[in-house]
This record gives sequence, structure tokens and C-alpha cells, in this order.
Amino acid sequence: MDAYPEKLAMLLEYLDLSGDRDERIQMLIDIASRFKSVPEFIATRPFSKTHLTPACESEAYVWCEELPSQSLKFHFAVENPQGISAKCMAVILDETLSGESASRLARVPGEVVYRIFGKDLSMGKSMGLMGMVSMVQACAKRYLASGHADKRL
Amino acid sequence: MSAIEERGYASTDALVSTEWVSEHLNDPNLRFAESNEDPLLYASGHIPGAVEVDWTRDLNHPLRRDYLDKSGFEDLMRRIGATRETTVVLYGDKSNWWACYAFWVFQLFGHTNAKIMDGGRLKWQSEGRPLVTEAAIYPTTNYQAPDRDDSGVRVFRDQVLEHVQAGRPLVDVRSPAEYTGERLHMEAYPNEGALRGGHIPGAANIPWARAANEDGTFKTADELRAIYTGENNLQAGDDIVAYCRIGERSSHTWFVLTYLLGFQQVRNYDGSWTEWGNLVNVPIEKP
Repeated sequence: MDAYPEKLAMLLEYLDLSGDRDERIQMLIDIASRFKSVPEFIATRPFSKTHLTPACESEAYVWCEELPSQSLKFHFAVENPQGISAKCMAVILDETLSGESASRLARVPGEVVYRIFGKDLSMGKSMGLMGMVSMVQACAKRYLASGHADKRL
Repeated sequence: MSAIEERGYASTDALVSTEWVSEHLNDPNLRFAESNEDPLLYASGHIPGAVEVDWTRDLNHPLRRDYLDKSGFEDLMRRIGATRETTVVLYGDKSNWWACYAFWVFQLFGHTNAKIMDGGRLKWQSEGRPLVTEAAIYPTTNYQAPDRDDSGVRVFRDQVLEHVQAGRPLVDVRSPAEYTGERLHMEAYPNEGALRGGHIPGAANIPWARAANEDGTFKTADELRAIYTGENNLQAGDDIVAYCRIGERSSHTWFVLTYLLGFQQVRNYDGSWTEWGNLVNVPIEKP
């Protein structure tokens, strides 16, 4: 079994094409620029703290929407105006994991944060970003635990 | 927040406002330097002309747990186009945590021409001041650094042990839960933990954030004195050691005590709890 779902693996391959740290950072900034905050039909401020990512200093919130295709779509809000890494992570998680089977989502390793951002991340930053991955995993596990059928791929 | 000159600090030499920076953007004797925890922030937009000083790549030794050496510091300063006469104005995210850390490392090489921009990056941004994305590049200089001198502002574990045995004051700037040993690490920092919890005997717990306002600016001298002297009986002439987990939060407190309150002998123990809490047979206090 591959470590990462297909779209996420492709994204990681794309990032690995960067020639140096500056180029990779620019790629990540470009990804972050696609960030769209959670739509109002999912949640409005003040957001419930139950959706707040533990240990995330960027105040990232995570919601999952059940789709008719027996899968999940992820929505995010990042309340810290300087939370650009969290916005980048949110876009990556949505674009590469929304629509995946819940059982696959539940196994996405938190270490993907280091594959994306590199090993120079501070401990605080990496734990916040890993927390966002954990929130996605938790959504998937709840989805499965509530008796939903897993999406067939 | 009142103007810096009206806050009663012992010295205003090392602190400038966002307005001051805005008025000095084209001063060739200044070099603005952004130092962040978030690696994407600088490239996403920074003060026009500002360079980046990265706390891991630029300030730390690539292998040992130590800071860069003389040649490493020369390389850094040459790359950012600074001479010994250049005043480096540091700012960054997280209420200037990393900016103060960089400022402190600069002191190890005697680069005292350094200042902190009050409120850091967030204040600059929230005031709608300009940010640019193009990286600033300056002609390389021939910066000559002296050998690193740790004696003035840095302290090592054996010295800390002597400090404890002599009953001299320490300031533990970590959270109360870390100080009491309830937590072995800062919330969300499990890999920077320690085998033992608690604090260095005799240390007062004064979390770093108490020195900062909501907007990241520093509190007034009266407010700071009320915290450090009024509540904790620290005096300007005391020989004080500040520590946290790895020495970055305590750099913020070191800056406050040294420059804003004018304490004469404050040193940062960068080994901090990740060293002390893992050492064999050193004293630990735990309620």
C-alpha cells in the first residue's frame, strides 16, 4: 500500500521538482493563494471550538462535509492573518484528500507535513500542521464509525 | 499604545516603532531583517528592502547544538550586505520571538548596532503598511566579525548550577504548567520535551508573554517593573539567568530586562529546560 493517496503523492512529486528552498517556498505560497475560507452553508463565525485544530497557533478550523459519493469534502478556516502555512496545508488537504475513501484518509501519516514543508519547521509550526492532518483523519474515522459505507475506488 | 519615548524605558536605543521604520526605509545605514517561525511568511511579503534571517539555517550550527561560529556570522552579514557599522533592525512573527532571538545571537558577535521593531510583522501588516515579495539583494560586504564571545549574555549548564548554589535569581519564562512540571513540554511541542518536569530551583515563573501587549508591542516600563520588580523582586543590579525550553522565549525576556528595564547583568541559558530537564543529577524543584 502506498504511503500517500494518489493526488497527495502527485502533489509531493510536484513539490520535489523544486530546485531549491526558495522555489519550493514559492510553490507553497502559490498553493496558499488558492485558499478559500469555509463557505457559510457549512459554518459561520463564531466557529465552534470543536472544529478548532488543537495546538495550531494559526487557529485553523476543520469541517468535513459528507458527499453523496460516499466520501468527504474538507473545509477550513484560518483565523490568524499570518497563518500562511496553515492556509497552504488546508488547500493541500482539500485538493488532494477530499473525495478519497474514508479508510484511506484515516491512514494519511502526519509526517507528510515534513515532506511538504521540509525538516526545518519549528516544533510549534509542525505540530500545528500535523494537527490539521489529525483533524482530517478524525473526520474520516468518525465517518466510518458511524456506519457509513466506505467509498469504493 | 503610547510612543516608545513616552513609555519610560531605561533606553530606547534598541527599540523602534513601525512609524520610524516607515520613515527610514531608504536609509543606507540600516538593514531591515525579518526573522519568523513560519518559513513562508518572508517570501509572501516583507518590508521593502528587508532581508530574511532564518533562525535555523542562519543562526544555528548545522550539526552541533550551538550557534554559528565567527565565519558563519561573517557569511551571514556579508550576504545581507551589512558592515560593522550597519544598524540591523529586526522584526518578525509571534510578537518578535525570533527577532529577539536573532538580536541576542548578534550580541554574541558584538554586533550591538541592532534594534527591534516594536509589534513585529503583525503590527506592520495590520497598519496597512507596504509589503513586497521580491527578495532584497545587496552587494556583498567584507564583514569582519570578532570571535564569538558567549561570556556576556549567554550562560552554560555548569554556570547555571553555580548560580543556583549561590542563590542568585533565575527567571523561568515558560508557561505555569511547564514550570510546575505538569507538562514536560510546551503544549504542542512534545518532541522538545524532557525526561523530568519542574523548574531550576529558585526560579521565578514569569511567562514571556506577560511583557507583551495583545498587538505584540512591549508593555510600558511601569507595567514591566510591576511584573519583574513589584511581583518578583528582581532588581536592576541582580545577576539574572533567564531560560525557557530552547532559549527563544527567554531571548524576549532577556531583551525586556536588559534594554527596556536597564538591568545590567542578564544572561540567557539557551540550553534551557531541554538540557536541564534531561541532565543527570542536577537539582530540580517541583511543587
